[in-house]
Amino acid sequence: MKHLLPVLTVVIALLAVWYIACIPMNVKEVLTTAERAGVPIDPPSAAERRDMGHLALVLRNTDALGGSWSQDRARLPSPHQITAELWKSTWEEEVNGRRGIVRSGSLSNRSLIYHGWITLSATFVGFLIGAGLGVLLAVGIVHSRVMDMSVMPWAIISQTIPIVALAPMIIVVLYSVGINGLIPKAIISAYLSFFPVVVGMVKGLRAPDHMQLDLLKTYNATKSQTFWKLRLPSSVPYLFTSLKIGIAASLVGAIVGELPVQRGGLGARMLGGSYYGQTEQIWAALFVAAGMAALLVWLIGWLEKRTLTRMGMLT
Amino acid sequence: MILVVLAFVFWIAAWGLNGYLANGPFAKQPWVSIAVPAIFGITILVCWELIVRGAGVPAVILPPPTQIASTLVANLDVIWGDFVQTFIKGALSGYLIGCGAGFLLAILVDRYQFLRKGLLPVGNFMAALPIVGTAPILVMWFGFDWQSKAAVVVIMVFFPMLVNTVAGLRDTTAMQRDLMRTYGAGYFQTLFKLRLPAAMPFIFNGLKITTTLALIGAIVAEFFGSPTRGMGFRISTSVGQLALDMVWAEIVAAAIAGSLFYGAVTFLEQRVTFWHPSQRAKQ
Repeated sequence: MKHLLPVLTVVIALLAVWYIACIPMNVKEVLTTAERAGVPIDPPSAAERRDMGHLALVLRNTDALGGSWSQDRARLPSPHQITAELWKSTWEEEVNGRRGIVRSGSLSNRSLIYHGWITLSATFVGFLIGAGLGVLLAVGIVHSRVMDMSVMPWAIISQTIPIVALAPMIIVVLYSVGINGLIPKAIISAYLSFFPVVVGMVKGLRAPDHMQLDLLKTYNATKSQTFWKLRLPSSVPYLFTSLKIGIAASLVGAIVGELPVQRGGLGARMLGGSYYGQTEQIWAALFVAAGMAALLVWLIGWLEKRTLTRMGMLT
Repeated sequence: MILVVLAFVFWIAAWGLNGYLANGPFAKQPWVSIAVPAIFGITILVCWELIVRGAGVPAVILPPPTQIASTLVANLDVIWGDFVQTFIKGALSGYLIGCGAGFLLAILVDRYQFLRKGLLPVGNFMAALPIVGTAPILVMWFGFDWQSKAAVVVIMVFFPMLVNTVAGLRDTTAMQRDLMRTYGAGYFQTLFKLRLPAAMPFIFNGLKITTTLALIGAIVAEFFGSPTRGMGFRISTSVGQLALDMVWAEIVAAAIAGSLFYGAVTFLEQRVTFWHPSQRAKQ
């Protein structure tokens, strides 16, 4: 808790900067609105204002800026507008809306709960596939020298290339063979979480040093006994570290996978918002995505803590 | 059908050769550690080619590697233009600005304990977020050209760089700092002569992680809107035209660019941190 005060200070400072930044970012639209309401504006014609700097406009019209934090479709919506949008597109939409779960019995396709769930389910399925295959490949790599020498360099190189670029192609190709919905997105998620897990898990399975391996040899332990009793337990901390990276990557994969096909999900909400200039919608989707990422990483961290405590590796 | 069978035969033969090289009498030779992954890569390409041609997979689903290679060579000027737009203008400028800003803020944060305690948890949190999601907003602010891509890259690389540099600056022992104090060294002398050199392995770790992030940011940002060139633009439009050989050619180009970028930073790291145990072990 000793971090609470500094963290709060930083967060409040960030919010303050945000509110101040709203003034120059939104000044042109705000002045146009004020002009329509009959307030005198310093350069009276919109054409003159268009070519002026944002800060100069702010300084010359200090008394007409009241709308900076309530502008519709603002270039930078203020935090309370985004909070209102979040509330509106979750609770309001589901409980009071015509399409909401209370009235219609199914989640509204306008609510962030619905879109968030689409993204989250693809993330989960993809992450489970990717992490599972990653662990299996890592076990193979540790036990077979051929696999180690053939596959490992490629697994490391693949971390330096932007795999996300494959996403639109995977979606469209799978769509053309008749697979759509959750599976293509899950495949991208799996692909992104696969390599971090392989690399981390191999490192973990190799973590036992010579002394420990020699001890098991003097016990006359078989290869599988060495694996289950020494290698696997000592790989657990490494596994969880790479799972945290993997699940964050999975979420990015699911969001990017939703861009080419507009069939729901947070990525679709963001792209739709940017097409129609609905900035609050983009920001709200972004915040839900951020919250989900934090939740997922925290979930893995919680599992890590519990597992390590039960194993006696964390005191 | 014969080609598909041939692919399996080739696969088994190559696997056998690799097994012999990895476990046989040459296993300790240095060239084997390059030959084995190379043979594996070639095997994948050959099997891909044979299976795609043998089973008659249409080119709109998976083009064979030879077709991708010929597309790559035939469109080299287009791909070079995309590379300049996305990598040099978007990714590289954003990378330099973002890493520079992260580094400078890290030095400032390190100086004040209050800032460190407050900013580090926030930075760690931000580093785990799907920051690519800010791309539509930044495209709206900075326009369709490379400036918006550079802005996405700046935000993506900033936090990993900040967190790594701060961790590195704390990586001196009390003994070392005491020694500097007995020399009567001031803050800046200690910073430049002890703490920054000691932080270099961490800084380079941050620089290496962020190379991939920079390319990802620049490419994904182009999916949200770009001028009529750029790797992300070419990928998304070629997918729309079902010109998958062009998509694969762009991906090959992006992969080469990413690996070279990473390799360049690694090369620099070896030059700068030659004294570190992890580098000395290799020599």
